Amino acid sequence: MIKQLSWKVGGQQGEGIESTGEIFSMALNRLGYYLYGYRHFSSRIKGGHTNNKIRVSTTPMNAISDDLNILVAFDQETIDLNHHELVDGGIIIADSKFKPEKPEGTSASLYSIPFTEIANELGTSLMKNMVAVGASSTLLGVKPEDFTSVVEQIFSRKGNSVVQKNMEAIREGMAYFKKEAGNELVDFHLEPVETKGRMFMIGNDAIALGALAGGARFMPAYPITPASEIMEYLIKKLPEYGGTVIQTEDEIAACTMAIGANYAGVRSLTASAGPGLSLMMEAIGLSGITETPLVIVDTQRGGPSTGLPTKQEQSDIMAMIYGTHGEIPKIVMAPSTVEEAFYDTIEAFNLAEEYQCPVIIVSDLALSLGKQTVEPLDFEKIEIRRGKFDLSEELPELEKNVYFKRYENAEDGISKRVIPGMKNAIHHVTGVEHNEQGKPSESPDNRNIQMDKRLRKLSDLTDRFKTPVFKDERHEDADLLIVGFNSTRGTIQEVMPRLENDGIKVNHGHVRLLHPFPKNELKDMIDRAKRVVVIENNATGQLAQLIKMEVGSEKLKTLNKYDGNPFLPAEVYQSCKELL
Amino acid sequence: MATFKDFRNNVKPNWCPGCGDFSVQAAIQRAAASAGLTPEKMAVVSGIGCSGRISGYINSYGFHGIHGRSLPIAQGVKMANRELTVIASGGDGDGFAIGMGHTIHAIRRNIDVTYIVMDNQIYGLTKGQTSPRSDMGFKTKSTPGGSIESALNVMEMALSAGGTFVAQSFSSDLKELTSIIEQGIEHKGFSLINVFSPCVTFNKVNTYDWFKENITKLSSIEGYDPTDRAMAMNTLMKHNGLVTGLIYQNKEKPSYEQLVEGFKDEGLVKQPLEMKKDKFDQLVSEFM
Ligand SMILES: Cc1ncc(C[n+]2csc(CCOP(=O)(O)OP(=O)(O)O)c2C)c(N)n1
Ligand code: SF4
Repeated sequence: MIKQLSWKVGGQQGEGIESTGEIFSMALNRLGYYLYGYRHFSSRIKGGHTNNKIRVSTTPMNAISDDLNILVAFDQETIDLNHHELVDGGIIIADSKFKPEKPEGTSASLYSIPFTEIANELGTSLMKNMVAVGASSTLLGVKPEDFTSVVEQIFSRKGNSVVQKNMEAIREGMAYFKKEAGNELVDFHLEPVETKGRMFMIGNDAIALGALAGGARFMPAYPITPASEIMEYLIKKLPEYGGTVIQTEDEIAACTMAIGANYAGVRSLTASAGPGLSLMMEAIGLSGITETPLVIVDTQRGGPSTGLPTKQEQSDIMAMIYGTHGEIPKIVMAPSTVEEAFYDTIEAFNLAEEYQCPVIIVSDLALSLGKQTVEPLDFEKIEIRRGKFDLSEELPELEKNVYFKRYENAEDGISKRVIPGMKNAIHHVTGVEHNEQGKPSESPDNRNIQMDKRLRKLSDLTDRFKTPVFKDERHEDADLLIVGFNSTRGTIQEVMPRLENDGIKVNHGHVRLLHPFPKNELKDMIDRAKRVVVIENNATGQLAQLIKMEVGSEKLKTLNKYDGNPFLPAEVYQSCKELL
Repeated sequence: MATFKDFRNNVKPNWCPGCGDFSVQAAIQRAAASAGLTPEKMAVVSGIGCSGRISGYINSYGFHGIHGRSLPIAQGVKMANRELTVIASGGDGDGFAIGMGHTIHAIRRNIDVTYIVMDNQIYGLTKGQTSPRSDMGFKTKSTPGGSIESALNVMEMALSAGGTFVAQSFSSDLKELTSIIEQGIEHKGFSLINVFSPCVTFNKVNTYDWFKENITKLSSIEGYDPTDRAMAMNTLMKHNGLVTGLIYQNKEKPSYEQLVEGFKDEGLVKQPLEMKKDKFDQLVSEFM
């Protein structure tokens, strides 16, 4: 019996590859295993190779695996493109329909199973995916009953007979494979685990759920990969809370509409990827100077321009931190797991209101779309804080022609916030420099006062922010400190024991607050390491540059990958060894 | 009851003497009073331009945003609190050049916002360049040989985009302008009001006198029916868009807010932020 294994299904886009992986992994998640999935897809709907790689483990992990045990193929291209990942003794299970051939030099065994034929006999070729799920999960020692609840959940609205047919397809797939392979393959059986109710979700699900739990009630947004799931989830759920989603004409509208709603007192967010973030830049500055709370989610993907729209990259750091003209206070936070994505999103709304400034939650494609097992989220940890937002309907009367001092020069830089509709709180809001009442002013003294006021707002943020750097410090003094952000955390965690095995003392720091930068925390870690390597999915080492600028270390080495794929643990291990 | 004086503040507009925008300011103040509004229940959102300054010259909540984006900001305000009266405003460059994408979609979306464009057929604030409303041949700093692009017929465009309230007026006609704005405020849905608001400094062609000579008032056309879209379109074409009055109104079409699933009459801003434990547990279980 084994503790973990890696399974991949591939075929042409539009063939149900996604749902094959979905059903397989949902069933295993319900059995109590830990799952981590990564989708390889291209930006077209029909055609083009797509695959879904799923790692199954008896213990928690957060990274894709280096290799592959089982490959399920719906076409020859899947075999040709992926067989090199297979371990010695790996298995290819392919649809006999396309007469699969084993590529030269592979030691894997090939089983040709009539997925399509069996499905056709049961009534429709659509069910070939279920036959494949059945055939491939026999290897793991999974029983047909283990799929019942998942199949019911997915197909029950199509009627009981559809449920039964699909279960039948799974059973037949299993039976056929057993007959074909006999009992020689028990080595793939997974150790049983305790069944436990855990969630199985993508980062975008967690962000959307976090927004809902964090009180967001309005989301204007424009569709884009890999962010659209957030708006698609919220449009289903918000009506119950009185709120809604508007699909706007572009991201400029999305961002400014969110500013309008936040100005009027409703927690509102928008979400996009690099191209949309670029369009929002001017509006981000408006949120900054008008001190209007704003939450933006940026799910990074391959840039520049349209770049690699369906691929992993982490190249928006500089754009997020510096990308608006002029100077404003701004918070950029970077959750590194699905759980964190949930809690951080709630916190983003709190910080946006407390500091009255834009907050960007940055994710990356692997985190946003990678489906993972998540421990049940904790209701008790949900907290809503609105800072200096005055919720009364009426304030003391003002003198005639005097506006409410919305931009009062408070010591901490944060003025009392009021919203339209309130009595005796009328004030002006403008992106032009303004005085305490919000009226335009070009006076140099006023300019200094207001600019300084805004820029000192965040001075206590790095101290207040919970865990600005995730630290796994196994050593007081380390040979190597590995630094990363967003989805690379699980990969780095996986590499650490391998390096430790070689006698290398490794510490890990994962940056969770990119701006304002937690320099003291990171400096301390860097100081106590002989070497530092910054791992990031971009070509120019943006995080490393940021650290150099903020902390000023000469020790930094970078490990970059920008071919569109996430780092494999083996690559990171190899590169770390070479750097040492 | 608030009077138009309650909508005045003591900020002195920095518009040139004689600028058409003064009348628009006065008309908004009068229309607001006449519609029975109070200053704290009204929000004026404006773009960037000479005209965009208007939100600072009216005693109400005001938001002076960025160039071309008054409409999305205004729609966000309205969605957050539908109990407010929301007015969006700006210049013809603001609304029909840089902000055109928002204008056309705000028209079809039909959120209850009153949009007032101060149309001077030129860029005022940037000191005299051509605008999408400039006529062919019009000479400006950016078209020294005369504009070779044709002027946009905004009212025809609004009709074809499905506008439910399409009107035009003229700064010199304060009475008509006030009445149109009041009707726009009362209209349940998006209202587009294009106001010929002369720039006395940079547009020496489309002057007050020029408009007086060329405008036809719809009230002078016998049998004009603003509920008849085809008649509206024909009339606009016949007069090359130079008509004033209520061009078209559709009172049947529900506003966006009326169609949003689960949307309450009370402003969204008043809905609770907290989620109940059983709701949360239900949402979590959907991912198991
Ligand atoms: C993104 C951006 N581009 C350009 C400008 C410069 N700008 C300010 S107002 C304006 C046009 C003004 O014309 P219009 O909107 O017709 O208003 P008016 O001044 O005539 O009232 C321009 C181009 C700006 N503020 N922002
Ligand atoms: S430049 Fe033209 S539009 Fe601007 S204030 Fe003067 S007259 Fe009015």
